[in-house]
Amino acid sequence: MDLSLLTRRSDHEWVIEPHGRMRVPGVIYASEALVSDMDHKVYEQVANVAMLPGIEGASYAMPDAHWGYGFPIGGVAAFDPTRGGVISAGGVGFDISCGVRTLYTGLKIRDVETRKVELADALARSVPAGVGSEGEISLTDDEMDAMLSGGARWAVERGYGTMADLERIEERGCMEGAVPAEVSPHAKRRQRDEMGTLGSGNHYLELQRVATVFDRERGEAFQLREGDLVISIHCGSRGLGHQIGTEFLRRMAIEAAAHGIELPDRELACAPINSDLGRAYLGAMRAGINCALANRQIITALVRGVFARLFPGVELPLMYDVSHNTCKTETHLSGGEPKRLFVHRKGATRAFGPHHPDLPAVWADIGQPVLIGGTMGTASYVLVGTGGADERAFGSSCHGAGRSMSRHEAMRRFRGRQISDDLAEKGIIIRSPSSRGVAEEAPAAYKDVTRVVDAADAAGLSRKVARLEPVVCIKG
Amino acid sequence: MQKRWEHFEHGADIGVRGVGPTMAAAFEQAALALTGVITDAALVRPLEPVAVSCEAPSDDILLVDWLNALVYEMATRRMLFTRFEVSIDGERHLHATAWGERVDPRRHEPAVEVKGATHTALRVARDPSGTWTAECIVDV
Repeated sequence: MDLSLLTRRSDHEWVIEPHGRMRVPGVIYASEALVSDMDHKVYEQVANVAMLPGIEGASYAMPDAHWGYGFPIGGVAAFDPTRGGVISAGGVGFDISCGVRTLYTGLKIRDVETRKVELADALARSVPAGVGSEGEISLTDDEMDAMLSGGARWAVERGYGTMADLERIEERGCMEGAVPAEVSPHAKRRQRDEMGTLGSGNHYLELQRVATVFDRERGEAFQLREGDLVISIHCGSRGLGHQIGTEFLRRMAIEAAAHGIELPDRELACAPINSDLGRAYLGAMRAGINCALANRQIITALVRGVFARLFPGVELPLMYDVSHNTCKTETHLSGGEPKRLFVHRKGATRAFGPHHPDLPAVWADIGQPVLIGGTMGTASYVLVGTGGADERAFGSSCHGAGRSMSRHEAMRRFRGRQISDDLAEKGIIIRSPSSRGVAEEAPAAYKDVTRVVDAADAAGLSRKVARLEPVVCIKG
Repeated sequence: MQKRWEHFEHGADIGVRGVGPTMAAAFEQAALALTGVITDAALVRPLEPVAVSCEAPSDDILLVDWLNALVYEMATRRMLFTRFEVSIDGERHLHATAWGERVDPRRHEPAVEVKGATHTALRVARDPSGTWTAECIVDV
């Protein structure tokens, strides 16, 4: 991105001054190096989002922002329904409520060092992953609707986990306002056999060691100590979310003109929040959030089953579960007044600070864990919401590394077997049904996640607590 | 005039492009490019035909609908496709047959599933020489 197009407000805050049809400024939180590396498309997309009706404050981009569909990935934008604000399927993304959850194991890395291969094989057998894989349950129509209304709560009620898990999931495991009737038969059919599946692409199940704790006090509060073994799961709402995204993107693109919305880019397809189409999407999208929460809950139960067999007596309590592709209704201060806003986070993680009313009691005094997924060869990070982001980007932070190389280029440059062998030499065990898939997900095809979280920390969006390094990675 | 398909670059995802002497031929080639995102189409045997139809208010939305219909059939039938026959009438009604087989992870080594075809970099156009191009980004 051409830095001369931006006003530098501080080391990590860059402003696109309103021009043309922009209703508000664009604000990018990133280091100079990260902004320089961003595609010009990010500039265009941040500016385009700023043109949408009812946008509040600014159109934001997180440090990991890259070219998305209408909205940048790593984009945050809030809309006020009382001023004609809109909701956008592209602003949520195809993989509705894609997110990360992390489980404690109570084990140290030394406890599993000699059993990593055994664990990797058992997890790869037990957690369906990759194209064409099916879950162990097939949902009837009634159960599908119950799942779409109940989310992780539905899964727990059917034996996949404990009530204690629900306190440690955003929305306490169940997104209110889901309307299963707004989810098409096609979307439900696509999901019928996919509950408890990991998917493919950048989704993963990882055993990770806590490599570094940067903040001792918050590390203790998060119960993370160097040498601990934790487990992270990154996946979303599977075929159901993809189908909802596909169908509503089409409807919003076709009906935008009828709603009097002039789109700067067709991919920004959206509908007024207060319209039949807007309400229909909200109901369907919230059902998609529940699907993702239920999916991660079932995978958690599968992982617990593996550990119960291999490490009897070891429990895997949930640390926290965050989603990074959502639109949530939240109250934020705007001009000193509390306002009810529809906050889109497309590739951005909620990062509420201490005493935020939406946090569960366990995080009330410290702020929420912000779980950032990295690549299978580098690291993931745990950050904490500080309250700084509440003032800056509606309580949001980054979500991951973001690709630096296309899949095509990665496939040309790398061989999956070689990547797996190289990582094995570093002590990282990879299991995947697809060698080409591993090549396309090569660590070198991603940006340096450390630069991203350092920028999020320096910008005051969230604060670094711990670095997690992969030990075993199951890919789709 | 030669028919062909190719991929084009997009930061996190990938573009599919089909080229042919008619819009229908370009759509067939775009479908091959879609399969190419997932696996090598030459590894897929055309054993089972699946009928697909859709209609749309514009050529470009018809391309998105066609690719998304294939995404849906691949997901729900657990299949991959390798051969396509498409016909499109003047009312933009598309009727097609796709031939393929059930996914075999060992043989096909599918790299990634396609979540959906998007409206990004979406273009269906005929150049002055009469060659049709059909292209868009697919989310993976």
